[in-house]
Amino acid sequence: MLALITDHPLLTALTALLALGLVFGGLLGFASVKFRTEGNPLADQINTLLPQTQCGQCGYPGCRPYAQAIADGDAINKCPPGGQETIDALANLLDVEPEPLDAEHGIEKEPRVAFVREDECIGCTKCIQACPVDAILGAAKQMHTVIADECTGCDLCVEPCPVDCIDMIPRRTGIASWSWSMPSSTESSNIIATDREAA
Amino acid sequence: MRTVYAIHGGIHPPEEKHLSHPGKVLDAGLPSELILPLSQHIGAPAEPIVNVGDKVKAGQLLAESQGAVSAAVHAPTSGTVTAIGMRPVPHPSGLENTCICLVPDGADEWITTRGVEDYRAESPQTLIQHIRDAGISGLGGAGFPTATKLLARDRCAIDTLIINGTECEPYITADDTLMQVAAEQIVAGAEIIAHILGASIILYGVEDNKPDALKAMQAAVAAQGDVGDREVMSFPTKYPSGGEKQLIEILTGKQVPSGGLPADVGIVCQNPGTAVAVRDAIIDGKPLTERLVTLTGRALGKPCNYRVRLGTPISHLLALSAFTPGSKQRLIHGGPMMGFALETGAVPVIKTTNCVLAPTHEELPAPPPAQACIRCGLCAEACPASLLPQQLYWYAKAKDQEQLEKHNLFDCIECGACSWVCPSTIPLVQYYRAAKSTIVEARQDKQRAERSQARFEARQERVEREAREREAKRAARKLAAQKKAESADAEDPVQAAIARAKARKESVVKSEDVS
Repeated sequence: MLALITDHPLLTALTALLALGLVFGGLLGFASVKFRTEGNPLADQINTLLPQTQCGQCGYPGCRPYAQAIADGDAINKCPPGGQETIDALANLLDVEPEPLDAEHGIEKEPRVAFVREDECIGCTKCIQACPVDAILGAAKQMHTVIADECTGCDLCVEPCPVDCIDMIPRRTGIASWSWSMPSSTESSNIIATDREAA
Repeated sequence: MRTVYAIHGGIHPPEEKHLSHPGKVLDAGLPSELILPLSQHIGAPAEPIVNVGDKVKAGQLLAESQGAVSAAVHAPTSGTVTAIGMRPVPHPSGLENTCICLVPDGADEWITTRGVEDYRAESPQTLIQHIRDAGISGLGGAGFPTATKLLARDRCAIDTLIINGTECEPYITADDTLMQVAAEQIVAGAEIIAHILGASIILYGVEDNKPDALKAMQAAVAAQGDVGDREVMSFPTKYPSGGEKQLIEILTGKQVPSGGLPADVGIVCQNPGTAVAVRDAIIDGKPLTERLVTLTGRALGKPCNYRVRLGTPISHLLALSAFTPGSKQRLIHGGPMMGFALETGAVPVIKTTNCVLAPTHEELPAPPPAQACIRCGLCAEACPASLLPQQLYWYAKAKDQEQLEKHNLFDCIECGACSWVCPSTIPLVQYYRAAKSTIVEARQDKQRAERSQARFEARQERVEREAREREAKRAARKLAAQKKAESADAEDPVQAAIARAKARKESVVKSEDVS
């Protein structure tokens, strides 16, 4: 055996390399089948950052398809409900520059919920079919109502209503919507206390 | 004698407690209107059960508690409900909230109340229900519903009850006064709470700047003889020793774990006022309708402690204590460290109103504008929760929520010691409060998004399944029709007729072709 190797060094080296290549190739091939990732993990990560309103304002039928589109290279600034915060988070994840929200797809609004004016509802079930998260309760010729806790404020039920009895109202009002705000930054200006007192 | 432990940090602001003559109580009398907010506590607002125009008696239930964390509202005197609507309430936002307005008839006629004859014979659950029905929420700080707090007994073994008579915040003397005038009631209430909790030890913590209250409490505890391990403990005055977690460490040396509750180390804290309210609810069957409020500050001619019916407008109390507003007059609900400014005196006294402070401009000037942080580190020395206020400040400014949570922002008790020592007068606590609410909101949004996603996916799946089922049905129908057609081909007269007609037509065509 040793004699054979010393006699044909070139052939031996080639054989050894070939054998190594086959072994590792086999290993890699096995691993790629065995440990194949299901779906697109990047799209999943993006999807968790999106607000899940399922409103379709981005032009895709729901948040998941938009996440997939972003993973495939679409712009990250098409989500008005998420606003600048979501854009920043996406930019952070994808390591790209954050951009301002694309106004073509809508503007950032305060969180809202749908409200059915129940006296006017005729029970047509059109809004129930439109709701992407099954947050409207009712049956044919029965009054419908919105489960406010589950409503994402996507607007999709407003358009189909034949009697225009659905309003979008702020999710929280009054004291419940109030929270402490950051102190206004006065560090650089107005440093002399007596200046401010005179005002 | 137990050992008194020291806590990290703390400050010694001017106490100014003598101003309001602790130990003396005046009655605030009946105002022309009582305003009772439905939300005087942490948790869900109460649900009104009276209508406008109803005549009610004192002690009658006006609004019942909703859900696990909520407290009921009762009429503090007899009179007529004149409105249920939006009124300004004591809240840092200065916004309005739903209130029940009651115009007293002057008779102050009570409903018949019946207490529990022997509370020791009752089950803890029954007593907790009595406390819930009496609408009691913590009278010291945040106003957590007491019944809910006592339910901690179901989760952890509680061995110690601490009655928090620290009252470490400057100016306030309501608890000091209560301990001087109602020590027996406090002790009686504490015994009831300890019975409910199954706690064998009761510790009364009183700062050493209240010698009269300390004496009164010691006398009251000694008077009840040997009923178990009871001790009135005095410890050096320092702000904020009255913080729940701080007091527990001072009295027992135990530290409440980060993010945990005192119940996790077998301890429950209650305010002396809450103890009295529990005693009144169990022994007399009376709901919580009044409390002691300190009216103090140098803009008042006669600062004092008042026994006040809940819902009494603060303007009524200011008039009683000879208020002369100066220029740039501020009104503060609570103390100078943790209180908040009121925009109007029209707001009512609520269950958590321990003090109304009306300082002159010279006494408590508005803080000068904030300057740049010079990294002196005084705030870290002052922090009673051993946090790093400076780091938290940078992260709050950078909105770095991950780092804020890593640096235990949620262990901050918002005592204001860091802001008080800050040589650059940076409003640190406001940064922390804002950062906390942003993080809480972000968490809620995340939960909401997860739920929406699950519902969306469930719906998507259902829609697809229905479509598949429809398709399958259609295919089945088509198949059945085809089969029927095939099998019926021979016998079906219609088909046969059509076939004959076709054949005839074809033959005609053929014959035409031939010709």
